[in-house]
Amino acid sequence: MSTVFIALQTNEETRPIVEAIIQDNPDCTVNEQPAMVKIDAQGKLVVRRETIEELIGRPYDLQELQVNLITISGNLDQTDDEMILYWNA
Amino acid sequence: MAVAAVKTYEFPPADTVDKFHGAQLLYIGWEDHLLFCAPFAFPFPPTMRFGDILAGVLPGVFGYHPDFAKIDWAKAEWFKSGQPWQPDADKSLAENGLKHKDVIRFRTPGLTGIKGSCS
Amino acid sequence: MDMQVAKKKLGLKERYAVMTRGLDWKPSYQKMEDIYPYMAYEGIKIHDWDKWEDPFRLTMDAYWKYQAEKERKLYAIIDAFNQNNGHLNVTDARYLNTVKLFISGISPLEYVAHRGFSHVGRQFPGPGPRVACLMQALDEIRHAQTQVHSISNYNKYYNGMHDFHHAHDRVWFLSVPKSFFDDAITAGPFEFMVSIGFSFEYVLTNLLFVPFVSGAAYNGDMGTMTFGFSAQSDEARHMTLGLEVIKFILQQDPANVPIVQRWIDKWTWRGYRVLTLVAMMMDYMLPKRTMSWKEAWEVYFEENGGALFKDLARYGIKMPDCAAQIALEKDHLSHQAWSTFYNYAAASNFHTWMPDEEEMAWLSSKYPNSYDKYYRPRMEFWREEAAKGNRFYNKTLPMLCQTCQIPMIFTEPGDPTKICYREVDYKGDKYHFCSDHCKKIFEDEPEKYVQAWLPVHQIYQGNCFPEGTDPTVEGFDPLAAVLKYYNLEFGRDNLDFDISEDKKNFAEWRGQATKNV
Repeated sequence: MSTVFIALQTNEETRPIVEAIIQDNPDCTVNEQPAMVKIDAQGKLVVRRETIEELIGRPYDLQELQVNLITISGNLDQTDDEMILYWNA
Repeated sequence: MAVAAVKTYEFPPADTVDKFHGAQLLYIGWEDHLLFCAPFAFPFPPTMRFGDILAGVLPGVFGYHPDFAKIDWAKAEWFKSGQPWQPDADKSLAENGLKHKDVIRFRTPGLTGIKGSCS
Repeated sequence: MDMQVAKKKLGLKERYAVMTRGLDWKPSYQKMEDIYPYMAYEGIKIHDWDKWEDPFRLTMDAYWKYQAEKERKLYAIIDAFNQNNGHLNVTDARYLNTVKLFISGISPLEYVAHRGFSHVGRQFPGPGPRVACLMQALDEIRHAQTQVHSISNYNKYYNGMHDFHHAHDRVWFLSVPKSFFDDAITAGPFEFMVSIGFSFEYVLTNLLFVPFVSGAAYNGDMGTMTFGFSAQSDEARHMTLGLEVIKFILQQDPANVPIVQRWIDKWTWRGYRVLTLVAMMMDYMLPKRTMSWKEAWEVYFEENGGALFKDLARYGIKMPDCAAQIALEKDHLSHQAWSTFYNYAAASNFHTWMPDEEEMAWLSSKYPNSYDKYYRPRMEFWREEAAKGNRFYNKTLPMLCQTCQIPMIFTEPGDPTKICYREVDYKGDKYHFCSDHCKKIFEDEPEKYVQAWLPVHQIYQGNCFPEGTDPTVEGFDPLAAVLKYYNLEFGRDNLDFDISEDKKNFAEWRGQATKNV
């Protein structure tokens, strides 16, 4: 299974997002680098809007993620509720 | 293969010999001495004596290297386009068969750069 | 009683469909091929443009909203940076040379990318890709502008950045990134998308931005870190666009596969050669290192690129052949590159230096198979000679590769002691290459690359001196004339870091910032 990843800037806005990603992808690996946090997962990684909303206590639009996004790897599929990164092979 | 283009694609090459004011390009590399990061490019007149390059040009170019002073030119091995080749120091570049953009290299047996690292 | 029912908002998928589909009309008095004249000649067949989808499903209204927010954040930080004399917070003044490399080597490419995406956006008949190209064209010009703004704060204090665009079009080594992008924008729209959108953005951009930006963060450069992250947030979208482009083209027609494979092979190699500059930046120019070039290559290309090509195998696409040679070069690339800039420090717009003992120990540990054996001896020699006042300045112009335009510094795959020479005879002239891959690229399109503006040959043709220069006068100094043409000042913008005004000024200003004088 290939690794997918998402890297976000390290800041106050992304702290709960990273927390949400860890909750929703318990097998992921969090890799803290200077000013950025890179999260690796095997084959698939899901970012769920509801989990983030529970943590920040307000409605959240997943497209807000773009502001703090550094890089991703894998095929992407984004809807109102989820952003999924995955490899098919 | 050719360039995919919407119409005839023909443009003059940038480096033909006529553009070098009577000179032709010659590239020279010294094997096993990568202190000089790459072979050199020179514009020389085709009438130039090959020996004048050895005596007049190369010392200024390669002389910084401690191995340079140790070169025994009689033992130097020459290559043109990678193939063994023997220049005649008394003849001109043209008489030595050197054409525009030819590349020659020389190997100096026994000299292998700083601490034998081919630097 | 009337109840006010909130109008249900459209979901993301519906919103995207509404904003990117059915926006076109069938032309009635012009032929499609006249309106989109570049769609057929590359041989790519597209049957249904609506099959294109941006997986972020970003629409223009949302685009403006988020971009505005990124700009607000960026400029707030740039202001703070200036108010706080941010330039004095970098690790040491050697770091500034990475900024010089960036502004003269990379930022002008952002602008060319803007032009490229504007062009292909105009040429694609499908509104989906056209919208995505429009966004990317805007991103790219934003990157160029924010980089110029951010780095202008360094230009106030340090040398070598004062005329970066002029330099980009002239300075010998900058012809490497310049010709790379010129090659891409002079290709057809589909090749441009594969070259820049896929090969550069998807396969290689992580190796450009992530090391530069985290390098900046690690070295106290808040200015570069901020524009870098701001730009990088767009890159994730560009990468996604690049991947979707490839999948879309491949799915449209099986005849597209071999054409796309050839482009991937070509542009992975072309892009990798440009990254030579990043390799040496990571291993030699950052006073505080983040990871080695080799480590970055392993994470971002071998691991991530490996996953990508495994995924694309179902379309019949395979890992480019050049990956094998790149794997052999990863132990050598940065050392060969830094040696080159150390050689030609008199002709560059930034300073070079030799690593100190501790830095050499780091290089030995990161490159156990190569550094001590091949590179340490030459670097120690250079360091000792410099200490004796005999710093090496190579003043003879190097032989260049016709395709990548890099001096012929690369060694034979598998033998780091021998320069790799390759040549081709074409229409009565010889052409030389640094590698089998650059040679292959030439052989596929010789008509294109015979036109290359090779800086060394241009200098010898007399085209790189200020107007009115007479190179035949007694005592003519070609280097001085070339530097004038570059608009660089000898002794200020070039030469070794150790004797630079930058080093002296930085020490003095930092002293003033940390002590009462």
